[in-house]
Amino acid sequence: MPQIFPKTANMLAHMSIVGAVLAFVIFVSVLAIIYRSPYVTQVNVVREQPIPFSHQHHVEQLGIDCRYCHDTVETSGFAGMPSSETCMTCHSQIWTDQPMLQPVVQSYENEQPIEWIRVHDLPDFAYFDHSIHVQKGISCVECHGRVDQMPLVRKTETLHMSWCLECHRTPEEFIRPREHVFTMDWTPEPGEDRYAMGEALVQEYNIRKEQLTNCSICHR
Amino acid sequence: MPKRSESERNVSAAEQFTAALRPYWRWTGRALALTGIGLLAGGCHLDMWNQPKQRPLSKSEFFEDGAAARPLEDGVVPFGYADRDQVIETGVTADGQPAMEFPMELSAEVLERGRERFNIYCAMCHDQTGTGQGIIVQRGFTEPPSFHEPRLREATPGHFFDVITNGVGDMYPQRSRVVPEDRWAIAAYIRVLQLSQHATIDDVPEDAREELE
Repeated sequence: MPQIFPKTANMLAHMSIVGAVLAFVIFVSVLAIIYRSPYVTQVNVVREQPIPFSHQHHVEQLGIDCRYCHDTVETSGFAGMPSSETCMTCHSQIWTDQPMLQPVVQSYENEQPIEWIRVHDLPDFAYFDHSIHVQKGISCVECHGRVDQMPLVRKTETLHMSWCLECHRTPEEFIRPREHVFTMDWTPEPGEDRYAMGEALVQEYNIRKEQLTNCSICHR
Repeated sequence: MPKRSESERNVSAAEQFTAALRPYWRWTGRALALTGIGLLAGGCHLDMWNQPKQRPLSKSEFFEDGAAARPLEDGVVPFGYADRDQVIETGVTADGQPAMEFPMELSAEVLERGRERFNIYCAMCHDQTGTGQGIIVQRGFTEPPSFHEPRLREATPGHFFDVITNGVGDMYPQRSRVVPEDRWAIAAYIRVLQLSQHATIDDVPEDAREELE
């Protein structure tokens, strides 16, 4: 009786082992890629809103400060969404006949809030406070990107924990003088070493770097 | 080595093959099981992601108006506000008249704060010098009076506080966005703007005149 498996079966066995490992690696990699893809992170994905509000028009073209609408960003954890009354401060007279604007008018008249779709949605187990970041010299731009140039708002960062930690480990690379936090296009003076400036600011603003990576800073 | 029978040798070839694979299969099995558990656990993470708690402005199915944030009851006083200065809070003095004087000390810090707040909340219409030609006015909003006309140059600080708080004409109230201290700071900065448009060279300290040359 001949042998059931020829000698080449050995190679086949080895190949299948390599293949299984390879398949596993590919499977995990694909998962990781999907997890980091815009499909999951929603980075640069525009979500449809009840009103196609343009930050580019209001901020870049008209020069309205972030704080005009997001008025609690300096004092509270929540940056604040404008009430319909805030919109109507100007739009009681401007663009009143535009169909696009009707949800605002109706919201104001019926006292029903506009249901905006949240673009930057942190998981509930992560604690985030706008005011402390703004007070310590972290600009809107560092997390939200150049919203002033966006016709429709979108995320520019993943908001993954690894991304948060980048800055919590080395805040000196991202910090800027407090008075320029709301200056969208701020850059250091030519010739100024941002890292050195950052280190000085971390000292000046009493940022205790060794605490910034404590679990309980963000998970409380 | 003991001599084996023919059939024994044949069986062992196949057995050896599977035996050689057995440790690998065991590990593959474990890896697959772990991956499966990992994926299952990963699928459950939304419970922690969306916890049954309310965040600012979140939706609620519990309250009739659909909002989790509740409006304040009438007469509620925020913590720490019970013994606040009434003039600072309301802009009205004990005799019911708009305050004639600023209820706080006018430091450079206050004026700087006033400039910052003015440029955020007011300059859209009143423009940065207070003439009333801001970008929103250029786009068609009612032109507000210039701060430099005689009536407003003579107006009391309490008048500006009242207008910021309650609005006037087509101007909406700003009280929901500008806290009382900032309203006073803005009122003080309006005074600065008024002075700046009616100043003579004599008002400039001598050592600063060179900068204007």
